[in-house]
Amino acid sequence: MQKNARSMYFVSGNEPKMLQNAPVFDPDSIVIDLARRVPATEKDSARILVKEALRFLDYSNVEVIVRINPLSSEYGLKDVKTIAPVKPYAFMIPKARAEDIQALANLLSEIEKAQGFEEESIKLIPMIDNIVGLESVHSTINASSRVTAAFLNAEDLAADYGSKRTKEGDEILYARSKVSMACRAAGIEVIDTPYMDINDSEGLEMDTEKANLLGFTGKAAIDGRQVETINIVFDASLKQAAFPQTYI
Amino acid sequence: MLVTKTAQAGSTANSDVLITVSPSETPGIHLQLKSKDVVLKLFGEQIEKVIMDKAKELGADNVTIKAEDKGALDYTIRARLQAALERASN
Repeated sequence: MQKNARSMYFVSGNEPKMLQNAPVFDPDSIVIDLARRVPATEKDSARILVKEALRFLDYSNVEVIVRINPLSSEYGLKDVKTIAPVKPYAFMIPKARAEDIQALANLLSEIEKAQGFEEESIKLIPMIDNIVGLESVHSTINASSRVTAAFLNAEDLAADYGSKRTKEGDEILYARSKVSMACRAAGIEVIDTPYMDINDSEGLEMDTEKANLLGFTGKAAIDGRQVETINIVFDASLKQAAFPQTYI
Repeated sequence: MLVTKTAQAGSTANSDVLITVSPSETPGIHLQLKSKDVVLKLFGEQIEKVIMDKAKELGADNVTIKAEDKGALDYTIRARLQAALERASN
């Protein structure tokens, strides 16, 4: 990614108020969601709204990522073809496989050429959200040089292997470790799953510190109030890294 | 763009607009705008212009457009109108 994305704030692609207010919380990136947060009956309307928002609103201080619908659905490709011409920073791909990433990279090359954009100016962020995706994370993130980060969606992943999510997160330790190390080895950023209790700031801080210790470079936020805590934890980590301890 | 049925897009949530389009028996674009009095006084003409410009850009004709505005910015108005017109013409 262009800058270190500590916080990645998710907003609905069908709510103008959220689209307009998202930068106020000062996240490093916002994820405009066309998938989970938009009902099937509103997919068409949200897609057009996001396209117009990217043309009209000032997102100059934030990276704009658009979470598309799964490519296996009737909406995924329409999302890409509609939004790519207004040049988001990246697309986030649910249930991503290496062949999806390669196919999308080829499609984006065609769109970029037609629009006169620089080659590979639109990035890809695979979402690791199921068991197959987790076990094939290495091939997925290395499928294209457009991949600049991966996002661990532990809610969907845990559901896929029949586990119940807890605040402590012991049930996702393996997934966090595997995704984090794969991304670090590939030299890309890795974004941790959101902390789901938006009213528990202490829990958010501990969960963010845990993700940071496991090698994550950023964390998702599902409420604007979570952004500041996430930024503070990752900033503190960077300061510590700048002054390594000397041991005798 | 041929409007063959009544369709809606948007909502009455804050910062949004609910657009309803329906076929009209008379030619042209017939607009009915509803918003707070103060909004209509200050921005009514601008909102109407945004709607008319977008409707013309999309080639709409023989259509009635009802817009219930809840403080939507121009981009939202344009998007919701396009979605409503596409739904009404499918």
